[in-house]
Amino acid sequence: MSKYSIFSLIRNAGSYHENWQRAWRSPDPQPEYEVVIIGGGGHGLATAYYLAKECGIRRVAVIEKGWLGGGNTGRNTTIVRSNYLLDESAGIYEHSVKLWEGLSQELNFNVMFSQRGLLHLAHNVHDMQEIGRRGNAIWLNGIDSEFLTPEQVKEMVPLMNINGRYPVLGALLQRRGGTARHDAVAWGYARAADALGVDIIQNCEVTGFDIKNGVVQGVRTTRGDIKAKRVGVVTAGHSTVMADMAGFRMPLESLPLQAMVSEPIKPCIDTVIMSNAVHVYVSQSDKGELVVGAGTDAYISYAQRGGFDMMEHIMGPLVELFPFTSRLRMLRQWGGIVDVTVDRSPILSKTPVEGLYFNCGWGTGGFKCTPGSGHVFAHSIANGEMHPIAAPFSIDRFNTGALIDEAAAAAVAH
Amino acid sequence: MAQKNRLPDGGRIDRTKPVRFQFNGKRYDGFSGDTLAAALLANGVSLVGRSFKYHRPRGIMTAGSEEPNALVQLGTGARTEPNIRATQAELFDGLSADSQNCWPSVGFDIGAINSVMSKYLPAGFYYKTFMWPASLWMTYEHVIRNAAGLGKGPTESDPDRYAQHHTACDVLIVGGGPSGLAAALAAGRSGARTILVDEQSEFGGWLLTDDTEIDGMAPTDWVANTVKELAGLDNVTLLPRTTVSAYFDHNFLTAAQRVTDHLGPQENTKTPRQRFWKIRAKQVVLAQGSLERPIVFADNDRPGVMLAGALRTYINRYGVLPGREIVVFTNNDSAYRTAIDAKNAGAVVHLVDLRPDPDNPVVHQARQAGIQIHEGSAVVGIKGAKSIHGVEIAPLSEDGKSLAGPTFVVSASLVAMSSGWNPSVHLFSQSRGKLRFDDALTTFVPDHTPQKTRSAGACNGTFTLAGCLAEGMEAGAAAAKDAGFDSAIAGPSHVVKEDAPGSMRQVWTVPTVHPLGKGTRKHFLDHQNDVTAADVHLAAREGYLSVEHLKRYTTTGMGTDQGKTSNVNALAIMSEIRSASIPEVGTTTFRPPYTPTTYGAMAGQGVQELFEQYRGTAMHDWHVNNGAVFEDVGDWKRARYYPKPGEDMDEAVRRECKQARETVGIMDASTLGKIDIQGPDAAKLLNMVYTNAWSALKPGRARYGLMLNEHGMVFDDGVTTCIGENHYHMTTTTGGAARVLNWLEEWLQTEWPDMEVYCTSVTEEWAVATLSGPKAREVMEAVAPKMALDPQTFPFMAMQEGEVAGLPARVFRISFTGDLSYEINVPARYGMALWEALMEAGRPHGIVPYGTETMHVLRAEKGFIIVGQDSDGTVTPYDLDMDWIVSKKKDDFLGKRSLTRTDTARPGRKQLVGLLTEDPNFVLPEGAHLVKEVKPKPPMDTIGHVTSSYFSPNAGRSIALALVKDGLNLKGSSFQVPLMSGHVETVTITDTIFFDKEGERARG
Ligand SMILES: Cc1cc2nc3c(=O)[nH]c(=O)nc-3n(C[C@H](O)[C@H](O)[C@H](O)COP(=O)(O)OP(=O)(O)OC[C@H]3O[C@@H](n4cnc5c(N)ncnc54)[C@H](O)[C@@H]3O)c2cc1C
Repeated sequence: MSKYSIFSLIRNAGSYHENWQRAWRSPDPQPEYEVVIIGGGGHGLATAYYLAKECGIRRVAVIEKGWLGGGNTGRNTTIVRSNYLLDESAGIYEHSVKLWEGLSQELNFNVMFSQRGLLHLAHNVHDMQEIGRRGNAIWLNGIDSEFLTPEQVKEMVPLMNINGRYPVLGALLQRRGGTARHDAVAWGYARAADALGVDIIQNCEVTGFDIKNGVVQGVRTTRGDIKAKRVGVVTAGHSTVMADMAGFRMPLESLPLQAMVSEPIKPCIDTVIMSNAVHVYVSQSDKGELVVGAGTDAYISYAQRGGFDMMEHIMGPLVELFPFTSRLRMLRQWGGIVDVTVDRSPILSKTPVEGLYFNCGWGTGGFKCTPGSGHVFAHSIANGEMHPIAAPFSIDRFNTGALIDEAAAAAVAH
Repeated sequence: MAQKNRLPDGGRIDRTKPVRFQFNGKRYDGFSGDTLAAALLANGVSLVGRSFKYHRPRGIMTAGSEEPNALVQLGTGARTEPNIRATQAELFDGLSADSQNCWPSVGFDIGAINSVMSKYLPAGFYYKTFMWPASLWMTYEHVIRNAAGLGKGPTESDPDRYAQHHTACDVLIVGGGPSGLAAALAAGRSGARTILVDEQSEFGGWLLTDDTEIDGMAPTDWVANTVKELAGLDNVTLLPRTTVSAYFDHNFLTAAQRVTDHLGPQENTKTPRQRFWKIRAKQVVLAQGSLERPIVFADNDRPGVMLAGALRTYINRYGVLPGREIVVFTNNDSAYRTAIDAKNAGAVVHLVDLRPDPDNPVVHQARQAGIQIHEGSAVVGIKGAKSIHGVEIAPLSEDGKSLAGPTFVVSASLVAMSSGWNPSVHLFSQSRGKLRFDDALTTFVPDHTPQKTRSAGACNGTFTLAGCLAEGMEAGAAAAKDAGFDSAIAGPSHVVKEDAPGSMRQVWTVPTVHPLGKGTRKHFLDHQNDVTAADVHLAAREGYLSVEHLKRYTTTGMGTDQGKTSNVNALAIMSEIRSASIPEVGTTTFRPPYTPTTYGAMAGQGVQELFEQYRGTAMHDWHVNNGAVFEDVGDWKRARYYPKPGEDMDEAVRRECKQARETVGIMDASTLGKIDIQGPDAAKLLNMVYTNAWSALKPGRARYGLMLNEHGMVFDDGVTTCIGENHYHMTTTTGGAARVLNWLEEWLQTEWPDMEVYCTSVTEEWAVATLSGPKAREVMEAVAPKMALDPQTFPFMAMQEGEVAGLPARVFRISFTGDLSYEINVPARYGMALWEALMEAGRPHGIVPYGTETMHVLRAEKGFIIVGQDSDGTVTPYDLDMDWIVSKKKDDFLGKRSLTRTDTARPGRKQLVGLLTEDPNFVLPEGAHLVKEVKPKPPMDTIGHVTSSYFSPNAGRSIALALVKDGLNLKGSSFQVPLMSGHVETVTITDTIFFDKEGERARG
C-alpha cells in the first residue's frame, strides 16, 4: 500500500496523478477462505481489517452484493458518540470512540472524524431527569459528560431558538462526540484490509449457506460457492433474510430511516444537536450542508426510500429549533433500511449454526460503532468465543430477558 | 451602457415595464418578464459567481433550473436566500443580488488560490492528507469548513408565511410545454379533474423559444389559445411557477408553488410566500421535456460558455443577444437553429460541428445564412479567464481522440454548446420507474414503472414537435380514460412542418492540445463542484468504478443542481475508461427533490404558534390568571405550581404541600388519559392487559392496575372503574394516553379480533378536579348536598354519579396523594364552572390549588410510583415490590410469560427502594448514582440511581426513591452518592413510604 500524505500528493501531482494505485484490488473469489465476511458495509470491512491486522487471519474475503458502503454505511448521518446510559452500551461505544480517535492515522485514510461536540437537548422535566441520569451514568463510566445550562447552549449554538414551544431547559454535552465522513470509513477500511491481503469482492450476492450437521461449510454466491469454516454475517437490514437462509430467525424488524441535507451554506452550526422532544437532529457537514434526520418510518419495509409524512414531521421541528432554516432548501432526501431489535441494542452473537456469527441490529445508530464492532467481532470470530465487550449482545438475551434496553430509559411515560 | 446586449425588439419581456435591480452593489435596468440571468446578460454581465472548490470565475450556463454556475445570494437581512439560480429568479423592482463564495469580490477572489493549486487538489485529495499531526485535524477542518459552503444562510427568523395545500385529482400533468399542454387539452376536455403544473412563470416550455409553426400559427399563439381554453375549463387547475419536487408511492406527489417570490418581499405576509402542494393523482402524465447536455471540452467552464438551447432562449424569449461574436459548438442539428437565430439577431457566428459531414436541411439553411461551418472539428480551448476573448478550434481525428490538424483561433465572446439532449427522467425514476438506454439518442429514456404514470414528449425521448403534441394528446386522453372518463379522446392531430432530427456524433471528452489532465486546461463535467474529466480517470484508476463510488469520490452530481447537466457525461466517460456500455456502468438513483425545496414551505403552517399547538385543560385560563407556572407534559401545558408574590418554586411547593395535607388542596387532573371501554368482552380485555384480576369488579368500584409490555416490563398504570355492565372507564398516565390506546387497539385488531369490545379516547371529554386533604369531604358536602359521602356508602375506591355544583358529575374516591381524595369528573365544557365552585366552597376551609410539583412530592411521600420516572421500561412489578398486583391465578395476561424468563426472574435485579440522605436538608439530584465505593475519579461501579427526589415538608426532610441492585435486601445499608460537583452524599436505603405508613388517611 503506497502511503497517502501531503508529500505523496505533491509527488503524484508531478506525474499528473497517473501513478496512484488502486485503493483496493478487485479479485475473483477463491474457492476457499479461512473466514468469509458477508456484507461490505463499514462493520463488515472493519471486521475483515481487524481479523487481518490483529488476529493474524489474512485469508479473508468480504462479499458484497453491490458496491462497498452502499448500505447504511453510505446513507447515514454520521453521528458518533458514546454517551449511552447502560454499562454494556457504554462499553462497546466508548471502545469504538477510542478507536475513532486514531483511525485516520491507523488506516492512513482521512476519515474526517471531527470531535466537535454533541448536545442532547432537554425540553421538559422528564428530559432533565433523563439527561440527569444518563449524564451521571456516563461520567461514572469514565466517559466525558457535561451538563449545560440554556445560556451555555445558546452560547455554543447562537442560531438555536431556546425559547420556543418547548424551551431548552438544559443539555447534555459530549465534547468527544461528533461526526465522520461515512464513505471514507468504508473506503479506508477496504484499502487497509486489502493491503493486508483481504479479498474484497463486490457485485457478488450471497444466496445461501452450505451447512452440514449444524456446522457451516461455506456460502453460495452469485459468483460460485466459496468454502469457509467461519462465516460472519454483517448485512444490517438484510440480516433477517440471511438468517432465514441459515434456517433460523433473527429477532429484527427492518424499517426505513430517512435523512436529508440542505444546500451547502457557510458554517453556521458547529455542533451536533439532538432533540427528542422537538424530534429532530442536525449537524453541518464540512461541505456546508445541514444534515437532518429524525425517527424511522412507521412501516416495515425493504425499500430504501421513505414516505413524505416523516419528512414533513422533521420540517416543523427543524424550523422551530432553528428558525433561520425556514428559507434554506432541502437538496436531497434518502432512506436506508435499519435493522431494529426490541431493545434497540445490536446483536453480536454466535448462532445455532456452528461457525456462523452474526453482527447486526445496529438499527439507527451503528455507524458510530463501526470500528468498535468490527474490532470485537473480529476477535470473537478469531477466538471462537465472544469478546467480553461483545458478550452481553448475544441473541440469548431475547430468551433470558437480559435486554440492554437503551430505548426504554428515554421513551417512557411521564 | 444600459442593456447593451438587449435586442431592439422581440422577446416576451414587457418593455413598457422597466425594472431596476442591483447586482454586487451596482445598479442595472431590466424589464418585467426577465429572469435575473437574462437581465444580467442584457447588461453585459457575464461573470456571476465562483465555483465551489477552485473558485473559478463562472457565468451563466443555462436558462433554467438545471443551472450549475450562476448561483447568487438574493436579498439581505432576514429575507436573504443563498444559492438562488439567477436563471430562475424573476426580476422585480428593487431586487438585489450578490455573488457568493468569493472574497473580497467576484472579480478578485482570494479563494482562487485554490485554482492555482489545483494540481495538488484532485478529486478526493482530502482523503489523502490533513492526517498529520493528528491533533491538527480540527484546525485543518476549520479552514476547510470556512472555504466550503456556498452562500450564507440568514441569521434571523423568516418574516414570511407558508401554506400547505392538500388536493386530489384525476390527472396530474407535470410540465406545460407542447406535450403537457396537449395532454391537458385531452384530459381537460374529457371532464377529468386535471392539474397542469409548470416550474416556469408561463406555460409553453420550449415553444417560448422555438419558432416552428403549429397549425399555421406562431407557437406562442398556439400556447396562448391553448392556455385560454384550459383556463376556461372549471375542471382544470393551472399552476405555473410550481415545481413538482417529489414522486412517492401510490401516485402521491408534492409540489412547491412560488406565490410571491416573483413580486419580491411583501408587506402583507398574509399571502404565503410559497405554497406546498400535496397531490394524490389517479393518473400522472410526466411531460417535463429534456435538458441539454454540455460538451466536455477544454476550458468549457469559462464565463460565456453556455448551452445552445439556452442562448436561443435568451435571444428569442428575452430579446437578449449576450455576445456579438459567437461560436456554436455542437454534435447535432438542434444547435443550428441557435446559430441561425443568433445570426439573424446580428451576431457573427461560427459553427463548429463534431460531425464530419452534417447534411440536413437545417445545415443548408445555416450555410445560406452565411454562417461558417467547421465540420469534423472541435473547440479545443478558450482564450480568456473571466471572459472569453477567442476560441481555439481544431479538426478532430476520425476516432475523436486526437487533433487532426493545427489549431486556429476565432474571435468570439460567447460559446454555445450542445451534445444532445437528456430526457428529464428524474420524476419517472423517483416513481420507481426503470430506465432504458437508447443508443440512438445516447441517453436514458423511461422504460416501465409500477405506478399509474405515463411519460410523453421529450422526457420520453421524443424530440419532434409533432411527436410531442401527438404523444401528449394520447397520454392525456389515456390517463383520463383510465381515471374513469370513458369519453376521453386524443383530439385532432396538429399540423407541424419540421425536419426529422439528424444523426449525432458523440465525443464524450473532446481532446485538446495536451493530453487530458496534463496541462492547465480543464475539462469540466460538474461545473458547480469542479469535477473534471481527469477526475473521473483518477477515480477509475483508484478503483472507484461503480457509479456511486464515482459520484461520492469525485462529488460529481452532488451539487445543488444534483448533476442535471453532468450525470450522463460522467457515466459516459467512465464507460469509455472501462470499455463498458453506459448501462453496464449503471445509472444513478434520482433522489427527491427535483430542485431544492424551501424548508419553510414543507413545514407549511405548522410553525411558531402552530408548531405542536399546546393542549390546555378547560381550567387553563384560571391557572394563567392565578399566576401558575406551567410545565410541558407531552403536548399538554400543566400548572406546575402557583407562586405567591415573592415565592420561588421551592417555597411555593412547600406551602402547597403542607396546606394540602393540613386542610384541602385542589388540582387540575384533566390531562390524565381516559379511555371508555365497552362491550361484552370488556372485562376479558382488562384481564389480558392488566396484571391483576378484573372479573369481580362491581359497577361503581375502581381498581388500580399495572400494564406490562411483552417483556414483562411495566409500561403504564392507572385506575380503571366499572361504570356499569360491560362498561369501564380506564385512566392512564398523561403522557401514555395515546400509547395505551394504540396498545389496546393493536392487540384487539391483530391478536384478538374475536373480542367484542370498543375503546374510545375520552381524555378531552372530561374535565377533572381533584380535591385532596382532611377537609375534602367538607368541601364536597358543600357542593354536592345530594350525594351520599359517608365512608360506608361511598368508600375508598368507589365511584358515584350525581350532581356536583349543579353539574352532572362522576366522582371517584381514589387518591394519588394518600389523603382523602375525590376526583370529580364533569363534561369538559363545565370544567371551569366546577373549578370555580370548588374554590368558592373550599375558601372557608383554606383550600389551596396545587400543581404537578406538589403532586409529585405528595405521592413520593407515600411511595407511589410515577411510571416513566421511577420505572423505565426495564422494571417488572416485582422490581417495584408490587408482587401483590400480579395475579397468580390468571391463565394469561400480557407480559406473564416473560416474567418467568431467567433474567427477568433473577434475584438481585434493580429494585425500587427509598433513600434517606445523611444530611436531611440535602436534596439529591435526580439521576445521581449510588456506587459501591467512591474512587478519586471515575470509572466507579454503580449499583443504582435516584429516580425521584424532593424536600418533603410533611416528613420535614429530604426524601428520595431509587432503583438499586438487590435493593429490597439492602434496607438499612448505607451507600455513597458521588456528584460531578465533587460532593459525596451518604444515603441509607429504606422502604418507600415516608408519611402515614399505615395508610389511614386515604380511607378516612
Ligand atoms: C438515514 C440513516 C441515518 C443514520 N444515522 C446514523 C448516525 O447518525 N449515527 C450512527 O451511528 N448510525 C446511523 N445510522 C445507522 C448506521 O448507518 C448503521 O447502523 C451502520 O452503518 C450499519 O453498518 P453495517 O456495515 O452493519 O451495514 P450496511 O452498511 O448496511 O452494510 C450491509 C451490507 O450488506 C450487504 N448485503 C446484504 N445482503 C447481502 C447478501 N445477501 N450478500 C452480500 N452482501 C449483502 C449490503 O449490500 C450492504 O452493503 C443511520 C442509518 C440511516 C439509514
